[in-house]
Amino acid sequence: MDLENQKRVKEFAEQYGPENVVVLLGAAEGEASGLAAETVTNGDPTYAGPLTGVQLGLKVYHVCEPEIKQEIDPAVYEEQVSMMEMVLDVDDIVAEMTAIREQYCKY
Amino acid sequence: MKSVIKGTGYILAHTPDMVLHNGTTQTTERIVNPDSEYLKELPNHLRTYEQVLSYWPNQVYIGNKTPDELAAIEQPWCDKVCDQNARYGKFGQIMPQEEFLLLIQACDVFDLVKIDKDFVAAHKPALEANEIMDADILSRVTAGVDAEEVAHLVNDEHAEGLYHNGALVGCVKRAHDIDVNLSAHVMLENLVSKASSVLSILYAVKNAGIEKSDVEYVIDCCEEACGDMNQRGGGNFAKAAAEIAGLSSATGSDARGFCAGPSHAIIEGASLVAAGAYKTVIITAGGCTAKLGMNGKDHVKKGLPALEDMIGGFAMVITQDDGVSPEFNLSILGRHTVGTGSAPQAVISSLVTDPLDRAGLKITDIDKYSPEMQNPDITKPAGAGDVPLANYKMIAALAVKRGELQRADLANFAVKHGLTGWAPTQGHIPSGVPYIGFAREDIMAGKINRVMIIGKGSLFLGRMTNLFDGVSFVIQANSGAEEAQAGVSEDEVKGMIAKAMKEFAATLLAQAE
Repeated sequence: MDLENQKRVKEFAEQYGPENVVVLLGAAEGEASGLAAETVTNGDPTYAGPLTGVQLGLKVYHVCEPEIKQEIDPAVYEEQVSMMEMVLDVDDIVAEMTAIREQYCKY
Repeated sequence: MKSVIKGTGYILAHTPDMVLHNGTTQTTERIVNPDSEYLKELPNHLRTYEQVLSYWPNQVYIGNKTPDELAAIEQPWCDKVCDQNARYGKFGQIMPQEEFLLLIQACDVFDLVKIDKDFVAAHKPALEANEIMDADILSRVTAGVDAEEVAHLVNDEHAEGLYHNGALVGCVKRAHDIDVNLSAHVMLENLVSKASSVLSILYAVKNAGIEKSDVEYVIDCCEEACGDMNQRGGGNFAKAAAEIAGLSSATGSDARGFCAGPSHAIIEGASLVAAGAYKTVIITAGGCTAKLGMNGKDHVKKGLPALEDMIGGFAMVITQDDGVSPEFNLSILGRHTVGTGSAPQAVISSLVTDPLDRAGLKITDIDKYSPEMQNPDITKPAGAGDVPLANYKMIAALAVKRGELQRADLANFAVKHGLTGWAPTQGHIPSGVPYIGFAREDIMAGKINRVMIIGKGSLFLGRMTNLFDGVSFVIQANSGAEEAQAGVSEDEVKGMIAKAMKEFAATLLAQAE
């Protein structure tokens, strides 16, 4: 995850309380989604950014996961996300995200 | 008036020592984690000149192999040896580091580049033997200085070192004592961009078969900025490169837009020619030292060569209609607007389907799409996937949603309407433009009719806006001499008069009855 984004996620978690923050991802595949999710839960796995060794344990979802999809107006989802839903390996993303949440999510 | 693509130039320079000393992944690591395993291990992953010559994507970039031939080679490519390993190709060349360092010095007009005189003596003959170098540029190569002076400038005067095979062989001095915009670091970056732009221009001119004096305007579209503390991006790379390339009748300016820069610049150049403002325009861009070894950590971790060791450059010549060269269709321009939004669906619609809708065309009416043509051999091990393929999947998905493609044909769309990426990850260099040389040939050979070039840019990296950007344009087969198309022949006039008289007579007859 981009170092600047790590910094902003950390600041938001401090400002609003980690229990009140949800990180929403739009990464293009499972591995990248998993890495970003790990960064905001267990800390930066590349040991490069501000979240190195910081276990925020935030709630984190990919926009194509069913929990998020059901929260969004179907017309908006159709217009903004449905094309990517067709392109992405959604099952792989859901599997990666679920595994990370089960392991590291605190909320 | 129409504007056409008269010729293109594509060059690479192999710069393994710049990977270590100038790539930002490495310079950042040296600050943050100077004793890291990565920095120790990286030199063992650098490729030799022979290795980069026989690397498939590089041979495609300079035109010795085609994108179709590359697509037939199983990935990864870094463990394969291409059966073609020539340094020269029909579009340009792969320049070795020693010649490139001398070219950088030749492109310096402020006495900032100092090269060890033994290095100059050892390698100037190679530059003299280079097929594209002319006497004017060669006469700019100086005799060089003592090694002690180079060491002194680097150690005591804030100069940025130039290295070859790990040895200090020259330096770029700072151009001002205080101004960070003229620091040795910035001057080196800018001179590398300028030198690779000059080399690209020389090939574009040669391949277009024009005279240097024909060129009236040059637009540079790299991602660097030159200027001083009072005008940080004052410019202008275009005119600076034109001077060294010998385009004495030209002026020029710089166009910027991150990776979308080249597409913006080409639309501007094509429009200037179409409007009649200039008859011959060159679009050019040199490469970027900062991006060398950008994904090096992933490549090293996975035991791969450091594949981002090439400085890339391209240039193209746009002229008025010659009746044969592929033409720009300026009525089919895609643009990502301020109001478009950043969802991939909105982005692809604005760049692909909106312009096609305005022209009454379907997605499948475009024979080939050239979006971001990054070499997947570089991006896949870094977790960024196959970038061109991702673009094709998105375009295909949009075609399915619009009922222009069967869902079953989704996978085949990339094969039929797409290309396999071969460009080095130099930001603006892979952005749509690497295919234009091949597109010109394939259109003229009648293999394809229409090509869409798509440039996208991450404007948010500049922290001035959160917006994304992109523009697209269509190149198509020359529709023939314009006079015949615009004018009406004598026979047609006679026919029209006869038809009108016949209708008039019929009216009279009807009235009489």
